[in-house]
Amino acid sequence: MDGHGDGQSRWCLSQVKGAVDDDVAEADIISAVEFNHSGELLATGDRGGRIVIFQQEQENKSLPQCRAEYNVYSTFQSHEPEFDYLKSLEIEEKINKIRWLPQKNAAHFLLSTNDKTIKLWKISERDKRPEGYNLKEEDGRYRHPSSLTTLRVPVFQPMDLMVEASPRRVYANAHTYHINSISVNSDNETYLSADDLRVNLWHLDYTDRSFNIVDIKPANMEELTEVITASEFHPLQCNTFVYGSSKGSVRLCDMRASALCDQHSKLFEEPEDPSTRSFFSEIISSISDVKFSHSGRYMMTRDYLTLKIWDLHMESHPVETYQVHGYLRSKLCSLYENDCIFDKFECCWRGDDSEVMTGSYNNFFRMFEREGQRDVTLEASWENGSPGCPLKSWRVSTGSRRKRNEIGVDCLDFSRKILYTSWHPQENIVALATVNNLYLFQEKLN
Amino acid sequence: MAGAEGDDSLYPIAVLIDELRNEDVQLRLNSIKKLSTIALALGVERTRTELLPFLTDTIYDEDEVLLALAEQLGSFTVLVGGPEFVHCLLPPLESLATVEETVVRDKAVDSLRKISQEHSPVDLEVHFVPLVKRLASGDWFTSRTSACGLFSVCYPRVSSTVKAEIRQHFRTLCSDDTPMVRRAAASKLGEFAKVLELDYVKSDIIPLFTALASDEQDSVRLLAVEAGVSIATLLPQEDLEALVMPTLRQAAEDKSWRVRYMVADKFSELQKAVGPEITKNDLVPAFQNLLKDCEAEVRAAAANKVKVFCENLPEDSRETIIMTHILPCVKELVSDTNQHVKSALASVIMGLSTILGKDNTVEHLLPLFLAQLKDECPEVRLNIISNLDCVNEVIGIRQLSQSLLPAIVELAEDAKWRVRLAIIEYMPLLAGQLGVEFFDEKLNSLCMAWLIDHVYAIREAATCNLMKLVEKFGAEWAQNTIVPKVLGMANDSNYLHRMTTLFCINALSEACGQEITTKHMLPVVLKMSTDQVANVRFNVAKSLQKIGPVLESSALQAEVKPVLEKLSTDQDMDVKYFALEAISVLALA
Repeated sequence: MDGHGDGQSRWCLSQVKGAVDDDVAEADIISAVEFNHSGELLATGDRGGRIVIFQQEQENKSLPQCRAEYNVYSTFQSHEPEFDYLKSLEIEEKINKIRWLPQKNAAHFLLSTNDKTIKLWKISERDKRPEGYNLKEEDGRYRHPSSLTTLRVPVFQPMDLMVEASPRRVYANAHTYHINSISVNSDNETYLSADDLRVNLWHLDYTDRSFNIVDIKPANMEELTEVITASEFHPLQCNTFVYGSSKGSVRLCDMRASALCDQHSKLFEEPEDPSTRSFFSEIISSISDVKFSHSGRYMMTRDYLTLKIWDLHMESHPVETYQVHGYLRSKLCSLYENDCIFDKFECCWRGDDSEVMTGSYNNFFRMFEREGQRDVTLEASWENGSPGCPLKSWRVSTGSRRKRNEIGVDCLDFSRKILYTSWHPQENIVALATVNNLYLFQEKLN
Repeated sequence: MAGAEGDDSLYPIAVLIDELRNEDVQLRLNSIKKLSTIALALGVERTRTELLPFLTDTIYDEDEVLLALAEQLGSFTVLVGGPEFVHCLLPPLESLATVEETVVRDKAVDSLRKISQEHSPVDLEVHFVPLVKRLASGDWFTSRTSACGLFSVCYPRVSSTVKAEIRQHFRTLCSDDTPMVRRAAASKLGEFAKVLELDYVKSDIIPLFTALASDEQDSVRLLAVEAGVSIATLLPQEDLEALVMPTLRQAAEDKSWRVRYMVADKFSELQKAVGPEITKNDLVPAFQNLLKDCEAEVRAAAANKVKVFCENLPEDSRETIIMTHILPCVKELVSDTNQHVKSALASVIMGLSTILGKDNTVEHLLPLFLAQLKDECPEVRLNIISNLDCVNEVIGIRQLSQSLLPAIVELAEDAKWRVRLAIIEYMPLLAGQLGVEFFDEKLNSLCMAWLIDHVYAIREAATCNLMKLVEKFGAEWAQNTIVPKVLGMANDSNYLHRMTTLFCINALSEACGQEITTKHMLPVVLKMSTDQVANVRFNVAKSLQKIGPVLESSALQAEVKPVLEKLSTDQDMDVKYFALEAISVLALA
């Protein structure tokens, strides 16, 4: 239990974004959530190919006790549905991943990707407008040329702030399979993209070429036993990246060693416990997310039932393992039947690496303190009470329900799930998506 | 001015000015490219007080417009009133030097460098240096990277005090917390060192070079290699060993193959910079290591430099170093597992012949050449063949000819048509080197076989090849060897091959001369005018047009004219068209 009063946590609801109606359009389902490096902006992507960017309210920054407030800053259509004529396949516009670039000037940049195409977007502000035409009035009517007696040079005048998003680059035609990851290198000029069988390296300035650095496609596709599920660059070492696989292993590759990284430098894999071996073992061991700690010392992996934290210097087993929803082990058969077992949950680190978070079912999300090994189960729900009130901590029991904050495993709603999460890099604010709502939670400091 | 009446001469300029704001990017771009026209019309004062302030705030525009703007402003000095007012160009260029698009920033820096030369020393200190300082201290890395490109152009012409400040700013950027700025600093370190006094190169630049060459980011370290080569050219010989070589040796052994690749790529420049003694003591072992590197990209880059490296070894020890140290590595590379390494070596290895002389070539290089001629990779064989002139000067081609033939035959019959095409390109060169007897005996049948290849590009190249051979061996040789075979194809059952006959006649007629063309080629062409395939017939018309000028005029009138007149009444439209065209061009009407 957490150290405070029974059933209470230090976290409270800050904001909810999105409609509350139960009738959810497919296009409104959120598929990506990501804070930028300063935490000032928060981007969400959805299945309709749209990106909404929220901006932290400026006035509240100087008042640490106040609620975090994020408001819509920019909305744009990032991807459109496409059709691959050669293969007669539809390409969905769903946003698979969003990654922010380090800030270059007053504008902001992010990479977004669907299954096939990565785009670089610029989000910039404009607060001046040029005035003073020679040949027409400001309302557009044309003046007669004979009235021209002198030349006017336009002058910029202030106007209401306008935020615009413009596509700066489109990186296409490099992936045969579905892109599941993009990650920006610490050199800030290259990034990687990963699909089921390949990892490609791009330079941000060049859209017409990328370099294949990992290729696990076998000569004979019938021999395929493993796919790439997630990939990320090390936050500090420009030569290091990892990729996780559907078999539960993570490979660390060193681009310094050679141009091709088909041979990994390290293999992070925990030996399987034979006593728990079952039909579902391989499915639930698939890595759904891999994240380096901000310090670069540790790596966190998420599989279906657990979060594991690995020290990069020890590959034989993780240094920390957290059960996210171990109570589901008895439910794997029905989860297989309703396809939930294939859900890919993300995970994230707190800015100082002292806590980690990931999502679960019933709109529950789980937070784990690494020191002290305390964990808490919280729910993202409108019914949590008003913003500012502490959330209650839930417990899932496998027996009959006893207390107000307990729920039986048979009562969990598997259609309500939290897959996409992001932690503010500097403050104790977390953002997570339920089906079509974005929730912001904040830790109370007192 | 014209008083109350409108001034018609203002209209085109007014249009240009308004189109600076047009919705259409292309129209804005057009106006930006005419910026000098607008400035001339406004006059220097209004250009300074109105046009430039407007342009300074135009950084919201599309990159291609900003790029054109940055370029224009570099040539604007006269338009703002001359060097006295050139500092007025600084605000818009400063804005452009902070945008996120690399090509725009780079162009703005280029223009700033250009106009810096038009500042007086006083203006340089009053206007230009403050701009550089602002960029160097900017919040965003984009402005700091731009500053890196501006230090070297103002340093030589400012006071000692300002020089010290500039050195300090540069030092700060070399340890910037973003890799982008450190990369920019590393890439400009060499040119900045060139304008510094030698004492400051030693006290300031060397520590910066050492630090950048040890940077945690691979992309910074590899740029420091290039800077190291520049710096090495500035230092006296006696200082090189202590100040530069430890760092460059470290780079040659860097854990990142990209850094080692850069060392290999710059090896020739490095060799020139450090001179013969350090080359013997340091660079020879380093070069050996690069040739044996575990990464193929590095080996290929080093292999590419073998000839140049050997040529520039000191005369007194060149042969010894090559035979003792370089040749063993080269032998390993001949059988490398990576084909890019082998083909890189094959493109330069023949050049060692002229350095080593005849005896060493026969004993040591010849076996390597022969092995490469048998390599499984076509590109290796092609690279050897394309450099045969090097070895020809030293030992003559005969030593190789017995191995050349199988290599050529294999390339000539390669399943990939692009490989076949590549060897055809070298056939005239080979023929010239191997001599006419060898050619007739061994290669002639290959050249003829290409004429009936199933790929058009091969047949076309084969035709061109024959033309070059005739130019090399002469008309008499042609008449005795290839002309009868070419003309024999006129009876081939495949109309594509019959067409090839016509193409060959077109190509060969001029080189063969009037007599052969009139007496031997013309009868074949005329006979083919009755071919049942329309394509052949209209190509007959085209051929007659082509060879007409080579023919005796009596043949034109007596033999060509009747045939063209008959073809001009052909049932096929194309045949009629080309026949009439030929009649017109040859003036036979």
